[in-house]
Amino acid sequence: MPAMNMIQALNSAMDVMLTKDPDVLVFGEDVGYFGGVFRVTEGLQKKHGLTRCFDAPIAEGGIVAAAIGMGAYGLRPVIEIQFADYIYPGYDQLVSEAARLRYRSAGDFTAPITLRTPYGGGIFGGQTHSQSPEAIFTHVAGLKTVIPSNPYDAKGLLISAIEDDDPVIFFEPKRLYNGPFDGWHEKPVEPWSKYDLSDVPDGHYSVPLGKAAIARAGDELTVLAYGTMVHVAIAAAAHAEVDAEVIDLRSLVPLDIETITESVNRTGRCVVVHEATRTSGFGAELVALVQEHCFYRLEAPIERVTGWDTPYPHAFEWEYFPGPKRVAAAMRRAMGRN
Amino acid sequence: MELTPDMRNEPTLSLRVPVPRARPGDPVDFSHIKPPPAGAAPRPDIREEPGAMRDLAFTLVRVLNEEHEAVGPWDPKLDPAVLRRGLEIMTLTRAYDDRMMRMQRQGKTSFYMKCTGEEAVATAAALAVDAGDMCFPTYRQQAFLIARGYPLVQMMNQIYSNADDPCKGRQLPVMYTSKKDGWFTISGNLGTQFPQAVGWAMASAYKGDHRIAVGYIGEGSTAEGDFHAALTFASVYRAPVILNVVNNQWAISSFQGFAAGESATFAARGIGYGVAALRVDGNDFLAVYAATKWAAERARANLGPTLIEMFTYRAAAHSTSDDPSRYRPAEEPQHWPLGDPIERLKQHLIASGEWSDAKQKTLEKEAVEAVRAAAKESEAVGTLGQSRPSAKTMFEDVYKEPDWRLRRQRQEVGV
Ligand SMILES: Cc1ncc(C[n+]2csc(CCOP(=O)(O)OP(=O)(O)O)c2C)c(N)n1
Repeated sequence: MPAMNMIQALNSAMDVMLTKDPDVLVFGEDVGYFGGVFRVTEGLQKKHGLTRCFDAPIAEGGIVAAAIGMGAYGLRPVIEIQFADYIYPGYDQLVSEAARLRYRSAGDFTAPITLRTPYGGGIFGGQTHSQSPEAIFTHVAGLKTVIPSNPYDAKGLLISAIEDDDPVIFFEPKRLYNGPFDGWHEKPVEPWSKYDLSDVPDGHYSVPLGKAAIARAGDELTVLAYGTMVHVAIAAAAHAEVDAEVIDLRSLVPLDIETITESVNRTGRCVVVHEATRTSGFGAELVALVQEHCFYRLEAPIERVTGWDTPYPHAFEWEYFPGPKRVAAAMRRAMGRN
Repeated sequence: MELTPDMRNEPTLSLRVPVPRARPGDPVDFSHIKPPPAGAAPRPDIREEPGAMRDLAFTLVRVLNEEHEAVGPWDPKLDPAVLRRGLEIMTLTRAYDDRMMRMQRQGKTSFYMKCTGEEAVATAAALAVDAGDMCFPTYRQQAFLIARGYPLVQMMNQIYSNADDPCKGRQLPVMYTSKKDGWFTISGNLGTQFPQAVGWAMASAYKGDHRIAVGYIGEGSTAEGDFHAALTFASVYRAPVILNVVNNQWAISSFQGFAAGESATFAARGIGYGVAALRVDGNDFLAVYAATKWAAERARANLGPTLIEMFTYRAAAHSTSDDPSRYRPAEEPQHWPLGDPIERLKQHLIASGEWSDAKQKTLEKEAVEAVRAAAKESEAVGTLGQSRPSAKTMFEDVYKEPDWRLRRQRQEVGV
């Protein structure tokens, strides 16, 4: 199997789906001839033709709306929003339209669209190239929200998203595009090819939405993470010398509550991590769910490690980013080992 | 019997996707750009109804002719001192851009954006409006800020996110702010600030002020809904605002056809809103000056907004993250039929006996020197990562007063 980085794996997913299904098409700002600013759609226009992978006007609202219209016709559009930070002009179309089309028409119309967008910090992108806005989508009934953490999952989850009959917001952790990142930012970037999860089959396969993965097995404590923070949590477990079980949620909606419940009931301790701002973040939902499902098995208060309640500051990237030290400290608190 | 579409024997539909005239490896093709002769466009009275000047949205207002003379009704008949000042600002801007681009390459900052080839658009406009007027720029109007006399050192401090950065290390490089210089803080989200310029202008009108607003948007970003909101509000409330569309032909890798520039001019968008519209040779300093002055006079006379398409060319890469040779012929910039704004103003000044090549050489040397001196001062404070404001500032200005969450989070960082 070829070793692929995340960019290649995502590209391969779209390539496979464009080949398999004539109703799939890909569009967004700069995705056509140029292949996208992160090169995720490179070569797709050349291979599949001008009308199957093309550029879009700079109008995120228009991009989402056009995709909804195409979906109503019967196509399966895959759209790219250049950065998650630029999704907001499309928010109304997602929340008021895509999310509710099925419900309000009693299944008469649906929006089988996949919206791909790079999210997260760690690239010195400042407040307009670093945001993690997943919680404002998980809050909306009718949208699915998916976040992969490695090339294998990225391809399999993207194929599932494209094949899914409901609208899926697919967040791509941009700091993981070229290699895993565990938050020790002074370390040189390692290529994905050194990791097993870069073994990506060329052809069609899928990773189901709503199924979490155990990224690191452990007995002492459960970490709930997704995207970049999966790698940070694994590094933090080593740093804290805690035998943590790191659960990679992979999809936030639908959420794999069984895997979470089984693990927390077994370890009795839980740390929830995300890069997004803290208040009303997806972590709040996770903490509430763990409390509802595992309260009588908990041996310590649930810890939450997140980005601060500020915009993402350019010069203070590493103070903002919830790195392994902060996650490790939370793990040790949860273990009562200050 | 009713005929179904298939029985009508009509061709099937086909989806059209725009394609630019030339991609890498193709010969450059600007044959569709046929600039009208300088001096040909009429200059209406500012009291003219927008509907009576529709033609100005489809031509190009040009002042400088092939012989480098200023001709026609739009010639602003400027004092040579103003022209030399314009040349100075443009030359300084270019030297500044070149240096900051190099500093990014050397790892002294994370990002930079040049305005090479578009210097006249912002410089002439800055000189044509009043000091109190408010500019709502995009990231490509640095020449406007320089023209307002804002210190280069401060700009560099922002680029380096250092301890003296006026944005306190929070913003991506080039997102300057300076209220006192009439420069609205740049957002980075495209199009958002265009209707805000209209709101500022409405406020000025509400207060019985004399100040006007000057807004900017790239042609690619006119696709955003905010562009249309700006025109609607400007039209409805006759806001005293100049709305500039900088058509530099490219939006990263997307040519202006992806903003529907093949079907109509960008100036023509004003017509549907009943907004006075001009299409201007953006590389002609005198034309930009004259058009801006005309629009400013209209706005100040309570006659409402003007939409100006500044027709120009993005000669450099979109940003330091971009490589234009991947999507357009590498030699395209050299073939831009409307030339270079600095060169054209220089030639005009030489032709009118106000300048010389030797003086230009000296000016360029002085510009490089001024930029170098500023860089020395700014780098003494520090470049990205070497120096920055105190980390506690990252929790300030989220609100006027931080609430308990921010205080607690700041304590957790230990600052
Ligand atoms: C809302 C939004 N969408 C996308 C982007 C990403 N982006 C930054 S600049 C750019 C191209 C803008 O082109 P144009 O408006 O023509 O201005 P130019 O850069 O040519 O001056 C894009 C797509 C953004 N900053 N904001």
